[in-house]
Amino acid sequence: MHSYDVVIIGGGVIGTSIARELSRHKLKIAILEKEEELAFGVSKSNSGIIHPGTQNPVNSLKGRLCVQGNALTRKMSKELGIDFKEVGELIVAFNEEERLKLVGLKDEAETLGVPRLKMVDSSWLERNEPNLSREVVAALYAPTAGIISPYRWAYDLAENAVKNGVEIHELTKAQKVSPVDGEGFEVYTSRGEYKARFVINAAGLFADEVSRMVGVDDFKIRPRKGEEFLLDKKKENITNHLIFPLPSKNSKGVLVIKTSDGNPMIGPTAEDVDSKVDLSTSDQGFKKVLSSAQRLVPSINGDDVIAYFAGLRPASGEDFIIKHEAKAPGFINVAGIQSPGLTAAPAIALLVSDILKSNGLSLKRKLFFHRHRKKEIHLFSIPLEETKRLINKDPGYGDIICRCEMVSAKEVRNSIERGARTLDGIKFRTRAQAGRCHGSFCTTRLMKILQEETGKRPTEVTKRGKGSEIVKEERSSDVIARPEGSKQSQL
Amino acid sequence: MTERDLVIVGAGPAGMAAAISARESGVSDILLLERDQHLGGILNQCVHTGFGIEYFKEVLTGPEYSSRFIEKIEGAPGIEVSLRSFVVKLTKEKILTYIKPGIMGLVRAKAVIMATGCREKTREMVHIAGTRPSGIFSAGLAQKLINIEGLLPGKEVVVVGSGDIGLIMARRFTLEGAKIKAVIEIQGKSRGLIRNVAQCIEDFDIPVYFGHKISRIHGANRVEKVSVVKVDENFREIPSQGFEIECDTVLMSVGLIPENELIEMAGVEIDKKTNSPVSREVNKTSIPGIFCCGNSFKIYDLADWVSKDAALAGTMAAEYIRGLK
Repeated sequence: MHSYDVVIIGGGVIGTSIARELSRHKLKIAILEKEEELAFGVSKSNSGIIHPGTQNPVNSLKGRLCVQGNALTRKMSKELGIDFKEVGELIVAFNEEERLKLVGLKDEAETLGVPRLKMVDSSWLERNEPNLSREVVAALYAPTAGIISPYRWAYDLAENAVKNGVEIHELTKAQKVSPVDGEGFEVYTSRGEYKARFVINAAGLFADEVSRMVGVDDFKIRPRKGEEFLLDKKKENITNHLIFPLPSKNSKGVLVIKTSDGNPMIGPTAEDVDSKVDLSTSDQGFKKVLSSAQRLVPSINGDDVIAYFAGLRPASGEDFIIKHEAKAPGFINVAGIQSPGLTAAPAIALLVSDILKSNGLSLKRKLFFHRHRKKEIHLFSIPLEETKRLINKDPGYGDIICRCEMVSAKEVRNSIERGARTLDGIKFRTRAQAGRCHGSFCTTRLMKILQEETGKRPTEVTKRGKGSEIVKEERSSDVIARPEGSKQSQL
Repeated sequence: MTERDLVIVGAGPAGMAAAISARESGVSDILLLERDQHLGGILNQCVHTGFGIEYFKEVLTGPEYSSRFIEKIEGAPGIEVSLRSFVVKLTKEKILTYIKPGIMGLVRAKAVIMATGCREKTREMVHIAGTRPSGIFSAGLAQKLINIEGLLPGKEVVVVGSGDIGLIMARRFTLEGAKIKAVIEIQGKSRGLIRNVAQCIEDFDIPVYFGHKISRIHGANRVEKVSVVKVDENFREIPSQGFEIECDTVLMSVGLIPENELIEMAGVEIDKKTNSPVSREVNKTSIPGIFCCGNSFKIYDLADWVSKDAALAGTMAAEYIRGLK
């Protein structure tokens, strides 16, 4: 049985943030993730917004940790080599009543410490956000809002955590957590047992079920589905800021936002559902999002929508649930982390670190902590001159696999080295298959590279783990298959 | 930067025919850039027959048809073939940047012929609600998986769209022992060639539902079933007339889009609806000296017509180059 100081159940943005923070100290840490790859749960459907901190209740964990997290994310994004773009946010008002509500929001946000907020009028909006509806009379401008790639953030945090000694165990689903007298817990999983002095429950949609394993069942995760719709990258500059309507009771509303990869995105819906696994989108969702988005930016067209997906928010009550459970000493719940969870992640990690310390975990700083992570190379985001330099250094950069997003074989291999085991994993890390043709041209080569690098058979290559295999059977007994890495295919 | 008389982007049936025609019209300095590892383009995966009926007066498979052109190109003086060469940029001054393993090339051409073919419309573009499981393929990808990779994508298939590629693949799957549960076509009749309807659907007793569409895809990790619904004459769903079909594969054959992102970047005028270049004369674009042929100019039903069209583009490019001297 493996023995750890801290075991983190759940490898999304929260679990990986906590792991990276704790990896500063001399601790034996493991992340247990039930899917084939990290961030395949809640995190992959995140919209990628780093919120300024408005629209959170004063005196809430959400409020405090969001503001703190915004500042920390900026700093850490530089350390960990990920793009953070400060695009700013506009919460818009369509009439005087709404404008007054915005003023109220501004006051509350300033109490929370959100910096540089200002009210702007229609002439400011006409100059700085020309495609915004002319029906908008005023807006609250929050310049510190930004965008980031949520799953790449989780991968980068994980990679840095691993460099600093954290173990990551995928396909490892926690099934039972038993307290061991005064010694912590035994975590029984689909892949063996883990002994841990402290267990952190960052299990997203299943956090209530994991918490129940130690007898703490005072909260329930009620999934709230959000459907999102991506627009063609050609429309990248349809807006300059993130556009928000006034918030409703349980959601921030349908937004028109920019994403880190360039595609604008509209959505999400907010629908309470029963299922923790149903990620289907709907025609009604599309219609609702389109009409709400067009109210904000009238020139948005249904034909511009090139992809859509849904996510499930792990909603539970009004605020984050981040606490040490007295009923199960050593067990810390980090649950109900819906918006602004991504923004708050680094601050949540610090809070959890404090909670661990005040419950007896000795935090001794390592002498050598690898604070930085080198930014990885994406051909689609560097100038051609640099591409030329790269190709001269390593021919693999000149072997283009995904034509729509200009992704080279070298980048694909790098992504597999960094943890991609599935076609979705490659897509999230490199953008191969995320372009116009949605994988029609590049899938066969991606499959071959994955087979070569991981030893999987063609029938074992999956979209996102077991059950989502791409093909049913091999028929190649008569076909002379030339392996991807062979001399002939390198010509 | 190198200087060439004629650069042709794409060495499928269009690019190859254009190269041969340009050479026969007197152009002696041609660079043929192909992003794949072989000449032939999409023909390489079209193992069915029906090619060459008009052009060669023979019945050939895709690779056989393609090899007639490859024979003329390989080793032909005046035509340089560069494989694995992906053009990343084209300017209106006809300067092309391309990359291949180990090299980034920069070339200025007197004339450019774009023969970049087309891509398929995907599930996302036609807005089908439901989940995103594995098992959803464009017909072309399924064709490549079966014919080139020797892999069977699925065993119980629903084909969306009765275009030629879908019909051909319905037969292909059947020949491999898979079951085509249905072909779903939103129009009142098939969009494909009559011979394909006869030889692929009727000959194999495959059920076709005209005036229907897929309203939803089900399946958490792999396709499990589809919801099918009848539509009215305005293509609106009639909810009371719906049913479900269990399947593990959805094959999308709902249309082709010319690939013209490169010339769009160069400033060529593009028709937003069709993605084809706006053109006063066949094969010409709004930039003199930049020509377009084959499926990237207009979606053709037969490779034979592509070759004819491309041959014309080749002679026009030759004439243009002569006029420059």
